[in-house]
Amino acid sequence: MIARRRRAQKLDIREGLIDLSHGAGGRASAQLIEEIFLPSFDNPLLNQGNDQASFHVPPGKMVMSTDGYVIWPLFFPGGDIGSLAVHGTINDLAMAGAKPLYLAASYILEEGFPLADLQRIATSMGRAAHEAGVSVVTGDTKVVDRGKADGVFITTTGLGAVPLGLELSGDRAEPGDLVLLSGSIGEHGVAVMSRRTNLGFETEIQSDSAALHGLVATMVRAVGPALRLMRDPTRGGLAATLNEIAQQSRCGFLIHEACIPVRAEVTAACELLGLDPLYVANEGKLVAVVEADAAELLLTTMRAHPLGRASAIIGEVTADDDQFVQMTTSFGGGRIVDWLAGEQLPRIC
Amino acid sequence: MKYMDEFRDGGLAQGIAATIAREAAPSRRYRFMEFCGGHTHAISRYGLEDLLPSNVEMIHGPGCPVCVLPVGRIDDAIRLAMRPEVSLCSYADLMRVPASGGSSLLKAKARGADIRMIYSPMDAVQIALTEPTREVVFFAIGFETTTPATALSIACAAQKKLKNFTVFCNHVLTPPAIRAILDTAERPEAERVALDGFIGPAHVSAVIGTDPYLSLAADYQKPVVVAGFEPLDVIQAILMLVRQVNEGRFAVENQYTRAATAAGNTIAKGAIADVFELRESFEWRGLGELAASALRLRGVYAEFDAERRFAVVPATVADNPACECGEVLRGLVKPAECKLFGTVCTPDRPIGSCMVSPEGACAAHWTYGRFRDRTRISAARAAA
Repeated sequence: MIARRRRAQKLDIREGLIDLSHGAGGRASAQLIEEIFLPSFDNPLLNQGNDQASFHVPPGKMVMSTDGYVIWPLFFPGGDIGSLAVHGTINDLAMAGAKPLYLAASYILEEGFPLADLQRIATSMGRAAHEAGVSVVTGDTKVVDRGKADGVFITTTGLGAVPLGLELSGDRAEPGDLVLLSGSIGEHGVAVMSRRTNLGFETEIQSDSAALHGLVATMVRAVGPALRLMRDPTRGGLAATLNEIAQQSRCGFLIHEACIPVRAEVTAACELLGLDPLYVANEGKLVAVVEADAAELLLTTMRAHPLGRASAIIGEVTADDDQFVQMTTSFGGGRIVDWLAGEQLPRIC
Repeated sequence: MKYMDEFRDGGLAQGIAATIAREAAPSRRYRFMEFCGGHTHAISRYGLEDLLPSNVEMIHGPGCPVCVLPVGRIDDAIRLAMRPEVSLCSYADLMRVPASGGSSLLKAKARGADIRMIYSPMDAVQIALTEPTREVVFFAIGFETTTPATALSIACAAQKKLKNFTVFCNHVLTPPAIRAILDTAERPEAERVALDGFIGPAHVSAVIGTDPYLSLAADYQKPVVVAGFEPLDVIQAILMLVRQVNEGRFAVENQYTRAATAAGNTIAKGAIADVFELRESFEWRGLGELAASALRLRGVYAEFDAERRFAVVPATVADNPACECGEVLRGLVKPAECKLFGTVCTPDRPIGSCMVSPEGACAAHWTYGRFRDRTRISAARAAA
């Protein structure tokens, strides 16, 4: 444990703002760490107060992933930048079939950022890590001049362990494999967009932000090596994920629109915004490609988990030199689900 | 969901498709143009072509305001945005449209131009109110559908006596564009358009009504069906057109009775007439200069006209000579038949107007339908 010094004055969390001294490495930096970060992430490795965390690693393969979070608004229905920074990186590890173990967190704070918001974010981040059974064991804080960042940016790096014998990779899809989706799509993107101030509507849609490694563990236990790969359809949505896999595995996909779960509120919001739910981000869903024989068992397993209740088999892997992701529409026709050109921008009419 | 699922019912669609297949005479081709990009989008996104018999063909028209906006106007908008005092407010789908020299609004924004993406012209009025030191310019584009909102924003700015709000007006009109497509009598035989009818855009007629098409249908003896943008609307409109052709009629029919009337929305039309007047001529990308096809601000609203306040000098920028957008928009060439399609011209790096917006004929075919070219290619290979 760090010997926590008594300070004459505690941080004014309610009214206080981040200033440049909080990133200067002096007393103010130490106070910020002691009063905001340590209580939020409380764990023995972090509490040692070293510039690094040392730990033993289990046998098997280690996986590592890093992700930067610059989401705006910082707080949105169903989560905030803190919980997202935990879930997002854990999910990147989990898609390799890994059990996430440790996280590192780096904060870039803008001068003038309210301490109350930072406290809220750190608390949420700590809670998300605790619920996921993962510790934030090392971190860093920098402060930049007002205008040089947008409130707070967080980068998290995660370390996890993969059980021996499991080889999940984006290049392993083979024609005839089936594609499973763990639930309804588009909720995170729509929840975030509904909070952007220049959008004059409110929806009840909550972000689906969640840590998926628990679901993944049950899937791995159920079908083991029959599982070819998993990926979480975040930025660019389901469409981008399937196109990435098609490119990596040099295959195509044929999916069925009627099989893809989309909540009615998400459909309605996308309709208003001129967006296609296939391209809208998710933060608590996964796509799995599995050998056809194991698909039914995998589906049953996923549906038995709270984060996979609405799982569905949405299509299959095809042999396709053009690597097209094709879809039969619920209307009865066919189309390509292409890569997005640039950002998905709303249409005007 | 109410008012959405009903219009996307695959079972009903199959029924209508079967009727079309039954009623379309096998001995002839039916070539219909859906004028509007919204219809093109619906046809492509729902794979509607797959439901039609092979002799009923849809030609994608020029009704995408982003696509038909000439490069010179985007250049003008970028020049406006680069002025230090100007905040340019734009609909988001204009951001990526390529301008001269590889530029775009998105790139100008990265270079420091103050460009704001908005959802309504009233957002721009609001910005002008809250930021009185900024010269707020609204980059107005669109057909008759979006024109009333622009007109009302100008009326509102006038009422509030705003001195820092102007509109860079690029509003265009639907009926003159359809006439331009059909006006091919002067052209050599190979360039004449063989179209059997039009699907008219519902939202345009919700404003102007269906009557403005009457003279057009009579003059060119082509049926027009004004239709909604849901896939069932479109397939029903196709059936209505097939029937008109079979019966030798060329009437203006209204499929979109739930919102469009013969006379249209008199209040919206009044708002447009109050603020705007016809331009003598306006350049359409892919179609060239079209007489009386666009609007500008009336003299009484001159102080809200960005072209006058900032002395914008119109400049024409030539399209790539190999680009066949003009022919695609007239239905003479299919997107995949253009040499540039899918080679140098893709939605990521559009060369021609039809590839610019997802509603453009080429972009829609590339994004949703290019797998059909492969089917055609393999069929041709098999036949050989």
